Amino acid sequence: MSRIQSCFAELKERQRVALIPFITAGDSEPALTVPLMHALVESGADLIELGIPFSDPMADGPVIQKAAERALKHNVSLRDVLQMVAEFRQRDAETPVLLMGYLNPVEVMGYEAFAAEASEAGVDGVLIVDLPPEEGGEMLPLLYAQQIDPVFLIAPTSDSSRIQKICDASRGYVYYVSLKGITGAGHLDLDSVAQRVSEIREISQLPIGVGFGIKDAATAAAMGKLADAVIVGSAIVNRIAEHQGDAEATISAVSSFVGELRAGLDK
Amino acid sequence: MAIEIPTNWHEMPDQRGHFGPYGGIFVSETLMGALSELNHAYERYMQDEAFIAELDADLANYVGRPSPLYHAERWSRELGGAQIYLKREDLNHTGAHKVNNTIGQALLASRMGKSRIIAETGAGQHGVATATVAARLGLECVVYMGEVDIARQEANVYRMRLLGAEVVSVTSGSRTLKDALNEAMRDWVTNVDDTFYIIGTVAGPHPYPAMVRDFQTIIGREARRQMQEMTGGLPDALIACVGGGSNAIGLFHPFLNDADVAIYGVEAAGDGIDTGRHAAPLCAGSPGVLHGNRTYLMEDENGQIIETHSISAGLDYPGVGPEHAWLKDTQRANYVAITDDEALLAFHALTRIEGIIPALESSHALAYAMKLAPQMKPEQKLLVNLSGRGDKDMHTVAAREGIKL
Repeated sequence: MSRIQSCFAELKERQRVALIPFITAGDSEPALTVPLMHALVESGADLIELGIPFSDPMADGPVIQKAAERALKHNVSLRDVLQMVAEFRQRDAETPVLLMGYLNPVEVMGYEAFAAEASEAGVDGVLIVDLPPEEGGEMLPLLYAQQIDPVFLIAPTSDSSRIQKICDASRGYVYYVSLKGITGAGHLDLDSVAQRVSEIREISQLPIGVGFGIKDAATAAAMGKLADAVIVGSAIVNRIAEHQGDAEATISAVSSFVGELRAGLDK
Repeated sequence: MAIEIPTNWHEMPDQRGHFGPYGGIFVSETLMGALSELNHAYERYMQDEAFIAELDADLANYVGRPSPLYHAERWSRELGGAQIYLKREDLNHTGAHKVNNTIGQALLASRMGKSRIIAETGAGQHGVATATVAARLGLECVVYMGEVDIARQEANVYRMRLLGAEVVSVTSGSRTLKDALNEAMRDWVTNVDDTFYIIGTVAGPHPYPAMVRDFQTIIGREARRQMQEMTGGLPDALIACVGGGSNAIGLFHPFLNDADVAIYGVEAAGDGIDTGRHAAPLCAGSPGVLHGNRTYLMEDENGQIIETHSISAGLDYPGVGPEHAWLKDTQRANYVAITDDEALLAFHALTRIEGIIPALESSHALAYAMKLAPQMKPEQKLLVNLSGRGDKDMHTVAAREGIKL
């Protein structure tokens, strides 16, 4: 069982909804990432999605694009991101870490090298936003072989045959995109999310994470009633942006926000 | 990777949009349904006689096709080699080849019941061509354009606004064409139900590279026939400029099975390939994935897309259509690069010698003709795609030469 799978199994037993914060590796400076990851765990994160910075993040809104730009100012590469995970693993052998990003940096590194080095660093899952399962023929077997769970997105526009295909390729969990739009957008429709989540449950046993547009404890709590995991990105990244240049203030602002989210979920 | 050389170049791409290892569909899940809907509509209507008849009538009566083939006799004589023939896409309505594609996609959008059109634009030619057909069909139109491009193509921005389009200034990243494309993709993800995204070049996820190509091959089909009528045979070589590569693929494609016709795609070398300040992914880039397809890119060793440079906004793009990537690897086409300075020389040459002011994009193709023609014999024939006219570039050329208009 992978670290992600055991994490969800354990949470299920405790009847706890997983809280999955997203931060971009290297935002707002490379030295901040590992301490921030530990702080996320201490304030209630069950799993961490760590963004690989990319110059052209087409599916992301301005908040996460700016985070990538801040990281890229420090030339944070995919290998640097793996290094950060390895460093995080020195103190935390439990919390699953999933890398989230776009295909090109992985493509340039080479799929085989990526799978091997990611596994070596202690990465547990990978979500490549612009890699649909149909194009994953080469990469997926390499990830499976290294016990890395590929996680795919399901969108409001995915029909049931696509949901099936996506769930077949996914390991660990699937990520339901709660709205048509980019990350950080703000027009959540709880009823439609509820309906879609139950459709996915009919097709697959995989835990379902819901993300996009969750910005506070209240929306997190509402989503937590529907899904197995709640993913929060832009709202956290906003707090990193607000406290750029002050590591202590960043960590404290992010920790207290994640704590609120946790409390909302556990209510 | 071993590349299989096809016997029929017209059979590509495969079902999922692959040209060898290039092309494909690399987008976020939200767009998969829309792309599949588009692909079905496209396949259906390209077999639909009423659709084709409407498209042909619009190309004839609205665009002004067929565009002439012009023998540039004086210029050919001056260069002292091959006879140069110009395919006059600059004479199309809106002044470039772009409208061939926007007419087709806008008709498709209407058939699909989409009420809103979005587009990205670099030089503004695709934006103008999109705003034009949107005005004519009564569709809402939003055009994304990088802030840098807006500054260097003011006249086209005003033109689009006159036509009723909303021009959105894109201030992220390098603030040029690639960022406009990112922003258009974001709009599409958000408004996917009622919105049709008219991509202006042969890039993006399948079916765009094939669909835009098919709308643009009118250039090559006409030129092939016109060359035969005018000269009794096919040209010895074709030349077209390549940014995303739509005018080039439009000219090249109908000639791909004519093995004796040499093919040259001309990229923008900017300040020179060796300076790194250029926009020549086929000549100096490497394969990667961007904007929905696998192709040659301008990227650094970490896979980040790097900023491009060209005097011509329409060539200032870090990727290129996947079919070009494949034509390069199979060596069916040759890709070369022309600097800003060389393109400007050709711009002036054609203007002064033939009385035709070419677009800066097309000037790259003309500049390569100036190199190639003298190496050929006077009985040989060179067909150059004059993809657009230069009116939009007056300010750029004047500024470069220290003249204030």
